[in-house]
Amino acid sequence: MSDHSKSSPLPTYFAVWGALLVGTILTYEVAKIDLGVFNSAVALIIATTKALLVALFFMHLKGASEKLLKLVVVSTLFFLILLMALAMFDYGTRWYS
Amino acid sequence: MAAHTESHNPALLHHFATEEQQRNSASFGMWIFLATEVMFFGGLFCAYLVYRRWWFGDFAAASKSIDAFLGGTNTAVLICSSLTVVLAIWAAQTARRGLMILMLVLTMLFGLTFLGIKGIEYKDKFVEHHVPGSSFSFDHEEIPGQPGHYANPHHAQIFFALYFVMTGLHALHMIVGLGIFTWLLWMAWKGRFTPEYHTPLEIGGLYWHFVDIVWIYLFPLLYLIDRHP
Amino acid sequence: MATGNIPPVEREDYLNKHYGVGSWLFTTDHKRIALLYLISITFFFFIGGFFALLIRLELLTPASDLVQADTYNKFFTQHGMVMVFFFLIPSIPATLGNFLVPMMIGAKDLAFPRINLLSWYLYIIGGIMMLHCMVTGGVDTGWTFYTPFSTAFTNTKIVEAGLAIFVAGFSSILTGLNFVVTIHRMRAPGMTWTRLPLFIWAHYATSIIQILGTPVVAITIVLVAAERALHLGIFDPKLGGDPLLFQHLFWFYSHPAVYIMILPSMGVVSEIIACFSRKRIFGYSFVALSSISIAVFGFLVWAHHMFVAGMSVYAALIFSLLSYSVAVPSAVKVFNWTATLYKGSIHYDAPMLYAFGFLGLFTIGGLTGLFLAALGIDVHVTDTYFVVAHFHYIMVGGALMGYLGGMHFWWPKISGRLYPEGWARLAALIVFIGFNLTFFPQFILGYLGMPRRYADYSHMPEFQILNVFSTAGATVLGVGYLLPMVYFLWSMRYGKPASDNPWNAAGLEWQTQSPPTTFNFPEEPVVTWEAYNYDEIDKGHKEVPQVVG
Repeated sequence: MSDHSKSSPLPTYFAVWGALLVGTILTYEVAKIDLGVFNSAVALIIATTKALLVALFFMHLKGASEKLLKLVVVSTLFFLILLMALAMFDYGTRWYS
Repeated sequence: MAAHTESHNPALLHHFATEEQQRNSASFGMWIFLATEVMFFGGLFCAYLVYRRWWFGDFAAASKSIDAFLGGTNTAVLICSSLTVVLAIWAAQTARRGLMILMLVLTMLFGLTFLGIKGIEYKDKFVEHHVPGSSFSFDHEEIPGQPGHYANPHHAQIFFALYFVMTGLHALHMIVGLGIFTWLLWMAWKGRFTPEYHTPLEIGGLYWHFVDIVWIYLFPLLYLIDRHP
Repeated sequence: MATGNIPPVEREDYLNKHYGVGSWLFTTDHKRIALLYLISITFFFFIGGFFALLIRLELLTPASDLVQADTYNKFFTQHGMVMVFFFLIPSIPATLGNFLVPMMIGAKDLAFPRINLLSWYLYIIGGIMMLHCMVTGGVDTGWTFYTPFSTAFTNTKIVEAGLAIFVAGFSSILTGLNFVVTIHRMRAPGMTWTRLPLFIWAHYATSIIQILGTPVVAITIVLVAAERALHLGIFDPKLGGDPLLFQHLFWFYSHPAVYIMILPSMGVVSEIIACFSRKRIFGYSFVALSSISIAVFGFLVWAHHMFVAGMSVYAALIFSLLSYSVAVPSAVKVFNWTATLYKGSIHYDAPMLYAFGFLGLFTIGGLTGLFLAALGIDVHVTDTYFVVAHFHYIMVGGALMGYLGGMHFWWPKISGRLYPEGWARLAALIVFIGFNLTFFPQFILGYLGMPRRYADYSHMPEFQILNVFSTAGATVLGVGYLLPMVYFLWSMRYGKPASDNPWNAAGLEWQTQSPPTTFNFPEEPVVTWEAYNYDEIDKGHKEVPQVVG
């Protein structure tokens, strides 16, 4: 949306860009450390943070006047997680696999 | 509320009452389309989740054989391209035509770079016979962290199947994105975008950012399963 | 009850505004696109019906004497694929939905008219691909495409059929997208969410399912095609894959898909019951919210199709429990419709007859769904004719009845003509009788153990008599479906011209001419009344829904 913000958005854009690059390097380096089962969790947390930065700032979700777009995003993620969670409920409780 | 009698921007379509309604509708429509794309890729992520859990060691071995540095570089390339997209939109908002065109060109160059690096990766996989199908082979690859244990080639093939489908689908979306941005570049060149009207840029940008987000997840999941030295 | 009068002069409307094939093939008018869809889905309905006829003919005798099992497998597969993907899924949304959604909210068109046209072209392309697939060999896996048979063993045209469905699915997604944006953004002033007709709420809920569910079956088809082409192993147990993963991904869409098929029909029934009992729908907000609930809950229950597939029994327990819960909002609707009828001024015109049929048959179908949700019963009747009867009660006794009722109700608006009421009531009765004669015996057959998808049941010859009843019923049902085809076409030339509001119904679509102009309303309506204000309409209040024009 072309909201005319009072101050320039440029500093925010460059800050987000920097954070995204740092996050990428972090993901790469942390993968080399043995954290056992937490490797996946850390990787996903970093990835989700990066995705949120892109969505909130680059896709202007943060400044969106209506709750509607946020509702679309949240509902979609809800159903995606539902697919994975309920499928994993099957896979997680089958004894023979 | 009748808008017929007023003169309006030729870009305003007849069934909308105001430009704001048109812009909001276009943006909302693109967000909903992105929701469908999330579910589209989501099915693949679900399949990936199931098999990574089942065959973790084999997946780790297969993951180790793809080039994480190239993957990471590609991640950075896409992040830069997302920046150039938002800068292009900012340029449109502030009537900086030259900058807008430059940013659009840079975005496309980044996109082409991404595809180029992807091509190199695919070629490497082809040469190593890691492409699923009749000539697939993955013998004698050690499972990371389990010396002496070798990956099951069938399970590794599942990894590569998911790798190629997921990154291939992503690359296809990149190519479509490049097509969209070619059209946006043409429109920008023709001077169609003003601070008041640059909706196609905004919704094209949304699509591009989404493609970036998909890659942000693909990179650690596919490339970094087990990189412990 | 319908009133007609000859309009003084030939008025311009969306049908006569432009002539020529090009004006139809390149139209962006949502009403013309609705008619394009109407013709197309009717065509596919008869294709699907043709396969049903072949199935029923084969099942007249216990032996597989009409065709071999391989061919029979293609019959039921193609019946299912065509009926599900090319008739039921688009049916009401693409025809009545396309026509009425903008009008009911006071808009000139949908939010994205060109995408609407693209949606139809995608449907046609998918349809042509499916036709080509069927005439060049067809598919024999059942419409459910279970792996690894579909990926590793069958020699039939899986990839082509899958791609056809993929393309048609995209059409479905775009329709849903269009409706959601339209309903949010294009409502006329004063048309608040709580004044929306329940038809709109139903289509909103349907669109949510189309948007979120269809992409998952799309990617599943891509995986099946890739597996077939490259022998990947994703669904092949010999190579480390899991056939059940296919089923999880497939049913994640295909269960909500059945709610895509029934929700619009429920919306139609709300409109019809309100009009023909001259009453506001009882519990409007409950009915509206239950549409949304069905859409949401519908995504939570998919693995009840997999109870005996080899899934974890703990997952089966959860899905069984969740499947019970999804029946609740549907029951809420049935109760509210019934309460609407109470002390209403009932008129038995053809649309209402279809609505009554819906009430009874959908209830039976829904209740038998609860039987199937119970693990203990399902183990015995899964893959029998009990299941077949259950879903046909919902899809034919429910969805199709609603569709026919809606076609009759809005026919005067769509065509500007009245259909012959006597013939319509007769056809409704024939459909009801034919339907029950076809499918009720199937409940019994299934309970007694007759498996579905079998061409040869000669090891159980005692089932023949019920199969004969079923086939006889199918013939009657076919006649019942042909009648409206004939008299609707007849009415376009010889039917009495309809007035703008022959039913004296509430709703913005009735406040403009029949047939409507291209842009629907002469001036943008401003809504100041509640939905279903039949009490005001019947008291003859002048200030009630007359749009200036």
